[in-house]
Amino acid sequence: MTRRIGIYVVLIVAAVLSALPNLLVLIGSLRPNADIIANPTGVPTSLYFGNYVRAWEEGSIGTYFVNSLGVSAASLALALALFLPASYAIGRWRFKGAGVVLALFLLGLMVPLKIGIIPLVQMYDQWGLIDNPVGLVLIYTAQAGPLMVLILSTFYRQLPDSIEEAALIDGASPFQTFLRVMTPLMKPAIASAVILSIGPIWNDFFMPLVLIRSDANFTIPVGISSFFGEYGADRGMLFAGIVIAVAPVVFFFVLAMRQIVGGLTAGIEK
Amino acid sequence: MTNFRLGSGRRRGTRRLPGPFVILTFLAPALVLYGVIFLWPVATAMTNGFFSWAGTARGPFVGLDNFATLMGLEPYASQFSRALLNNLVFFVGTMVVQNGVGLILAFLLVGRIRGKRFFQTVISVPYLMSALVIGYAWSMMLSPQFGSLNALLKQFGIEPIAWLGTPELIMPILILINAWQWIGVTMLIFGAGLAGIPAESLEAARIDGASSLRIAWSIQLPQLVPSVTIVTILTLIGCFNVFDLIFAIGGSSGGVGGAADVMGTLFYRLSFSNSPNAYGLSGAFSLIQLLLILLVTVGALRILRRVERRFS
Repeated sequence: MTRRIGIYVVLIVAAVLSALPNLLVLIGSLRPNADIIANPTGVPTSLYFGNYVRAWEEGSIGTYFVNSLGVSAASLALALALFLPASYAIGRWRFKGAGVVLALFLLGLMVPLKIGIIPLVQMYDQWGLIDNPVGLVLIYTAQAGPLMVLILSTFYRQLPDSIEEAALIDGASPFQTFLRVMTPLMKPAIASAVILSIGPIWNDFFMPLVLIRSDANFTIPVGISSFFGEYGADRGMLFAGIVIAVAPVVFFFVLAMRQIVGGLTAGIEK
Repeated sequence: MTNFRLGSGRRRGTRRLPGPFVILTFLAPALVLYGVIFLWPVATAMTNGFFSWAGTARGPFVGLDNFATLMGLEPYASQFSRALLNNLVFFVGTMVVQNGVGLILAFLLVGRIRGKRFFQTVISVPYLMSALVIGYAWSMMLSPQFGSLNALLKQFGIEPIAWLGTPELIMPILILINAWQWIGVTMLIFGAGLAGIPAESLEAARIDGASSLRIAWSIQLPQLVPSVTIVTILTLIGCFNVFDLIFAIGGSSGGVGGAADVMGTLFYRLSFSNSPNAYGLSGAFSLIQLLLILLVTVGALRILRRVERRFS
């Protein structure tokens, strides 16, 4: 009995230590700035949403938020459109060079695109993709590729052959088999791939830092960074900005905890 | 057994292989985008390092001159070695804290624990938050005048501490923040490894009179070696590529006196500096970075594989 109590004590302490900094930010975002300056650790006496209104409008977090939503959604959609068929081919067909193709994609798991930033800037400069959200979408799609191929091709491979054979015998083309028969069975795997790809896209800071120039095109992370430079003393507003920046991913995370645990451990085959 | 060759798996029967045109239609769009946006820039950056540059114009081939400059000429040489060392310290520190705590939590969450999912969720939430935002949030909490930590310490009569203004403190703080962010994921991966151990073998050991500690040491820990491999590789790659967290806490210069300057921040400064040969130096640096990441990752994998074989 004392043993069980001990376990819960440790778990509760860990949970508090994990959550406390986030809670402090949340609490701070609900207090007027003057209160925070006067007493940094105080609790709000009443809920004050002024910080959120000011961050969203004055601090342009609203613009950054909408930009991030658009860029993330477009990147994920394009990534699925490209990497579902590619993963299908890699996962199910043993064609010549399949190993090389897979290796090229897996390289992207280890090597950050950041390394190629200078050629990328030069290329984007020629194509008019500097300060252009489309440029970010292309980058995030390419960056999502390795993880998507890894997860999706593994799951495609595990689908039973009999289903594919039945579809082919019924006269379905390889493309119809892929789209109508096999891919609908992949919903859990697609969910894992999407969920694991959202974070890095939504949170990316380096690419917009280098490639986006005008405030109107900033995504959340680089927006937050400029926001910190501009409103350094307005702590209430900064806290509110942070909450808005992390809210969507945290929301997704809590909703999809099961898939995340599954996705993280997809690499462990017994 | 962990299977890091994720391309493998179950192979059954002979599958009907469609014609090359069909295969190409499935692969080409993805390969073109990935090739143009990812492979080409990375490969080009590697070759940039072998040329001398005048701004954006490529000059003559200079062989390994840029590499020699980075490693032998001041101020580059000392900045380079300091950044490398800082990455290493950051990695080792993170591994110790994150794996120690993550392992303990994973053990505590084995079996029937009320509120298991609640604890898992709360502890892993920081993982999905951006490292940049986490850095900003912590820098506000650690701020000497208006930060909550110093305000709390004041209650106990402790004078305000310039947490991030002290070169000796910056790296330990960064390690703690990074570990804080990743403990949840570590716990989940170890947890998945522990969950894969058949209940019968634990039960059998218990019937034979083995203590919990003995079971943990002799049965559970050896089974966790594959999970350790995954965590180590993830941490290794993450720590050697770190940029956002350092930037948020210490700016592109890597904190007070560059005490937390890492390869990520140094690379950023090199690439976008006013030096006419910035592209050449940045290219050389990117090649060094790439080789280092590959070398260290492959080396770590080999060592871990050997450990895995010993325990399986």
